Amino acid sequence: MTNAGNVLLIGYGNPGRRDDGLGPAFAQAAERMDIPGVTVDAGYQLTVEDAAAIAEHGVVVFVDADRAGPPFALRRIEPREDGRVASHSIAPDALLALAGALFGARPESYMLSVRGYDFESFEESLTDGAAANLEAALRFMAPVLRERSFRAAACESAPFGATAAALCNGDGQCKKASR
Amino acid sequence: MTKHDGGQRLVIEPVTRVEGHGKVTIDLDEHRKVKRARLHIVEFRGFERFIQGRPFWEVPVLVQRLCGICPVSHHLAAAKAMDRIVGGENLTPTAEKVRRLMHYGQFFQSHALHFFHLVSPDLLFGFDADPAIRNVIGVAKKFPELAVQGVMMRKYGQEIIRITAGKKIHGTGAIPGGVNKNVSIEERDFLLKDLDQMVAWSRAALKLCKDYTVEHLKELAPFGSFDSNHLALVRADGAMDLYHGNLRAIDAAGKKIFDQVDYQNYADYIAEEVRSWSYMKFPFIKSLGPAKGWYRVGPLARVNVCDSIDTPEAEAARKEFMALTNGAPNNISMAYHWTRMIELLHSIEKIKELLHDHDLQGEDLVVKGARRNEAVGLIEAPRGTLFHHYRVDDNDQVVMANLIVSTTNNNEPMNRAVTKVAEDHLSGVTITEGLLNRIEVAIRAYDPCLSCATHALGAMPLVVELRAHSGEIVDRRVQA
Repeated sequence: MTNAGNVLLIGYGNPGRRDDGLGPAFAQAAERMDIPGVTVDAGYQLTVEDAAAIAEHGVVVFVDADRAGPPFALRRIEPREDGRVASHSIAPDALLALAGALFGARPESYMLSVRGYDFESFEESLTDGAAANLEAALRFMAPVLRERSFRAAACESAPFGATAAALCNGDGQCKKASR
Repeated sequence: MTKHDGGQRLVIEPVTRVEGHGKVTIDLDEHRKVKRARLHIVEFRGFERFIQGRPFWEVPVLVQRLCGICPVSHHLAAAKAMDRIVGGENLTPTAEKVRRLMHYGQFFQSHALHFFHLVSPDLLFGFDADPAIRNVIGVAKKFPELAVQGVMMRKYGQEIIRITAGKKIHGTGAIPGGVNKNVSIEERDFLLKDLDQMVAWSRAALKLCKDYTVEHLKELAPFGSFDSNHLALVRADGAMDLYHGNLRAIDAAGKKIFDQVDYQNYADYIAEEVRSWSYMKFPFIKSLGPAKGWYRVGPLARVNVCDSIDTPEAEAARKEFMALTNGAPNNISMAYHWTRMIELLHSIEKIKELLHDHDLQGEDLVVKGARRNEAVGLIEAPRGTLFHHYRVDDNDQVVMANLIVSTTNNNEPMNRAVTKVAEDHLSGVTITEGLLNRIEVAIRAYDPCLSCATHALGAMPLVVELRAHSGEIVDRRVQA
């Protein structure tokens, strides 16, 4: 059953590919925050069964690594029926559309993208730059998660797939974070 | 898309809904007829070097980083190899049954995902339907009940993995010589709750797939099809065994090439050929050589190769399937889907059997024996036979790793399937939407995992190129 006040945070990526592990690393840190009403999950990628979990929450926050853009950015995302569906993974906006079609779910949804720099090496650690961005993103998001102040904190609504850079100030900082 | 006169090479990149980054090139001869088609796959061999120098007991967890699609298969194949390193290959009943439950859970969720998420749109809407509709969201809107089943079956398999491996990703359940936890009564009862529903849905999925194949046999039989050898694990009595057994290979007519081969000796029977144009190697049966020794693996090969299946409903389904070809091996590429659903039903039957076995609650979890320095772990992963081969030094560090993943075993067959589709469906020097769709459908039959690459935002998954006899690219199409 949907609980409008409950938040689902899903960090995804492959921790064995250096900065691709930013999403799961964020999820791990968020879990340690132990914020009431915030459920944390992590995976290599989003898959169709995540639609069932999404349908049980009022707010969903996806966390993924970004190859470009500012150190981090939080933006509102909307369901998209033509969102990317790969063989064994599904894009967040397509997943939201699936949750809507299957379960009638319309959660308020956000994408937190954190900038990474190395996605090719087989190493289970973040680069220094990515680790710094992760710390900054965590500092920014901790009060947002506690206070449920997502709308105030997020950049303008934008379709998934727009680079985070397009949503941010020229100095490379997230508009909201730099205030 | 680019186009030039007099051309003759088609490139399709990337292949949508096929994981990773793939590229198909179609080479034309001087008469603009298809000479060959190649599926280029980016494979990261660097992973084997990454394992070197690591303590052997870390490997079953580490290898899960290799692939976000079938981490459990890598986890178990590595654990089976490390069992032998610690002399603990004769597992306790509890350890073997917990691992098997994990493995069948992985099969169940993987096959359910592939069928409902990837294949059902092709079957329900047709190969020529608009890709904007021919996808899982299209199915969810038009056939919501079916789509919910797919999601819930996938979720059920993931719950089995969470319970047996400790968590959904980076599980630690299998350790050298055994497992680190059993299945509690509470966990068992949690899984039993939805079991009957899962069995019923599996039966329905098998029926849907079988009926579709039989009804469309005239169209499907030649589609991307060709005769081939087949390879799989079988039990000592010849029955299908997805977790453990010996290797059997048969030819296109069903004649045994080798049988009951201990996979510790796989290198005496299987070799890998390197081709300059592909990162992925081409395995073959040594006694037949690279030209004739390539083979198929996965659900179709397993059903063709085995003598029986040890669960009643899947066995009845196998007999029905084999009757289609009068007991001879079935070499229809699109029959992969039907056999995948036979295995789906087999997996849930095995899960049922295991959940009612009290050994799952046993306390004897680990065994050890005489230490070895070299071992092979082999398992049937959802998409085919998976080889893990390691050497470990006296300091417990891995000094050599060789992995032959399922998709690599199917490398030549996938190239053949793409070539056949190009020969049958390419008209002129243009990559039409219909050709693009059919290439996708043919590759998808093999359920490949094309890459274990990153997926970060901004990454593009697939490309098809049409190349002239002169080498000039005359058409190129990207399925974004």
